[in-house]
Amino acid sequence: MRLRSLNQEWKMWTMSAKKKTLVDLYTQTIKIRKFEEKVWELFGQNLVPGTLHLYLGQEAVAAGVTAALKKTDWIQSTHRGHGHVIGKGADMNSALAELLGKKTGSCKGKGGSMHITQFDVGVLGATGVVASGLPIAVGAALSAKMRGTDEVVVCFFGDGASNNGTFGESLNMAAIWNLPVIWVIENNLYAMGTPIQLTCPSQNIADRGAGYCTPSVVVDGNNALEVYEASVEAVKRAREGKGPSLIECKTYRMRGHSRFDQAKYRPKEEAEHWLNKDAVEIIKKIAIEQGALTEKEAENIAKNLQKDVDKAAEFAIKSELPEPEDALDDVFAEVA
Amino acid sequence: MTEMTYREALKAGIREEMLHDERVFLLGEDIGRNWGGAFKVTKGLAEEFGDERVRDTPISENTIVGAAIGAAITGLRPIAEIMFGDLISLAMDQVCNQAAKMRFMFGGQTSVPVVVRSVFGGGKNIASHHSQSLEAWFMHTPGLKIAVPAFASDAKGLIKTAIRDPNPVMFFEHKLVYDKKEEVPDEEYTIPFGEAKIRKEGADVTVWGTWFMLHKALDVAEELTKEGISVEVIDPRTLVPLDKKTLLESVKKTGRLVLVTEETKTGATTAEIAAIVQEEAFDWLDAPIKRVNAPDTPVPFSPPLEDYFIPNHKRIAEAIREIV
Repeated sequence: MRLRSLNQEWKMWTMSAKKKTLVDLYTQTIKIRKFEEKVWELFGQNLVPGTLHLYLGQEAVAAGVTAALKKTDWIQSTHRGHGHVIGKGADMNSALAELLGKKTGSCKGKGGSMHITQFDVGVLGATGVVASGLPIAVGAALSAKMRGTDEVVVCFFGDGASNNGTFGESLNMAAIWNLPVIWVIENNLYAMGTPIQLTCPSQNIADRGAGYCTPSVVVDGNNALEVYEASVEAVKRAREGKGPSLIECKTYRMRGHSRFDQAKYRPKEEAEHWLNKDAVEIIKKIAIEQGALTEKEAENIAKNLQKDVDKAAEFAIKSELPEPEDALDDVFAEVA
Repeated sequence: MTEMTYREALKAGIREEMLHDERVFLLGEDIGRNWGGAFKVTKGLAEEFGDERVRDTPISENTIVGAAIGAAITGLRPIAEIMFGDLISLAMDQVCNQAAKMRFMFGGQTSVPVVVRSVFGGGKNIASHHSQSLEAWFMHTPGLKIAVPAFASDAKGLIKTAIRDPNPVMFFEHKLVYDKKEEVPDEEYTIPFGEAKIRKEGADVTVWGTWFMLHKALDVAEELTKEGISVEVIDPRTLVPLDKKTLLESVKKTGRLVLVTEETKTGATTAEIAAIVQEEAFDWLDAPIKRVNAPDTPVPFSPPLEDYFIPNHKRIAEAIREIV
């Protein structure tokens, strides 16, 4: 798929980047892949309580977007958020420990998969209510502007969220106040089991951006470089005080919606088409073709990340469970 | 001391905090220079502090509260105004699923210093969508503090405490108390949350109530002295945290309790208070706890219907006489 710019605000894509950037994009993409594969493995061993919404297949979106951000920038995540927080630089030990419900988890075992959050690396939160993150991103971007910083806020959400009322409210408010926010729609073509054709009248959700005077673009969400280039431009616009942008990333889940879903509702040809567009393979191929990586180097990066993920899993498994009465803590902050 | 209305005292409290702390800002529908708030609480603040800090918004309640949350967790001290308490229904996700839960759900990584101001109550003949008293919804949501000032000096002291609190505070006002006047201290002061105030001391029966019903209860208490009934009247001032101690001590002294709010009866805050008292002071009770509430119907429009719906002096007096 070629990207499609919906208005003149977007420059032509170069589909090339500095060698370091290409290595970073590959590294981020495969890091998220390795993390999610480990989560799936631990889940198979019955070590992950509750449900899971795996990011497998969509890695290029988080990798491409977060590669364009600084540590001081913010992201708002979703119920399918592991990739976002790992991309933003979250510590893998406490991330995996959180999924296992351990005391050492980033949320002390109070949030789990759907609320996986590491505030100190710029994650505002991960929300289990579809579309509830958009208003919070508006506020964080308003705050960034009112505090006189150059911080940018990225709000990730899915195709499903784009049909909720907060989509219109928040795109509108961000546009009238000219806020440094980037709306990243991860259109994986299904809201749980309901195909996008049944819920959206246009081919692209990004078409709606025009109604909110928000420069909008559609990119191949399985191509980290394409996502990155779009993000760089959106970030630049936000930092220059030119307001919000919208990036629709077309992508696909490698697995079902949640833990037991086998996604049998997806047509075989469609699934084959998308599963052949593997996010890791795509960015690896680009990086090798552009001379940024050799096959051997790519393999070494993957091996090292595998070690990191294995260590994180060991940490998470060995960590203690919380004390039952810890359930009573953290409802209110102490008044100074 | 200066005599001022509840509305003026509330604004004075907000203004002082805006002067002290540049992180404090307001957002909401029609709060800015064109209107000054539907009940004129913020009138003049946009002129003084500018349109950035007194920010008119589109009619988007869920995003008003959500934006306040986003600003709060990244270092500001927002006060979101929802024009009528009934309309918080449009922002329930942000209030109850986000603001109330973020600190807990994220294991204490963040806190949400946001104030949501809104107004409850009937008496204005504006029918079912602009007259309800829904404070119990929020009392039932762990993670929210709730202030319910009924007097001008409390409005000022409590809003300042609310703004400085690191947690989400639902700051609920009442339409019929905005014009009530009271002497308000000239020097700076705050009022801590969780401290009820005994508005009138008495020996025979305790009455606990909020906002305009509290004012009615005080009228009734005065009236009943003529009949030789000594009524103690308690103003909780905040529902969360709740001052149980003052309430229980009073009940242990009088042995009788009447609860008065404008809420529809089933599942109201009065039900919770009654449950607390029977759990913790059962042996001291000399009579059944009485609840004076509105009937379980939507708030009606036409004056005779609304007058029937809202608890009046007569019903409060009857409930007291029944158990004394």
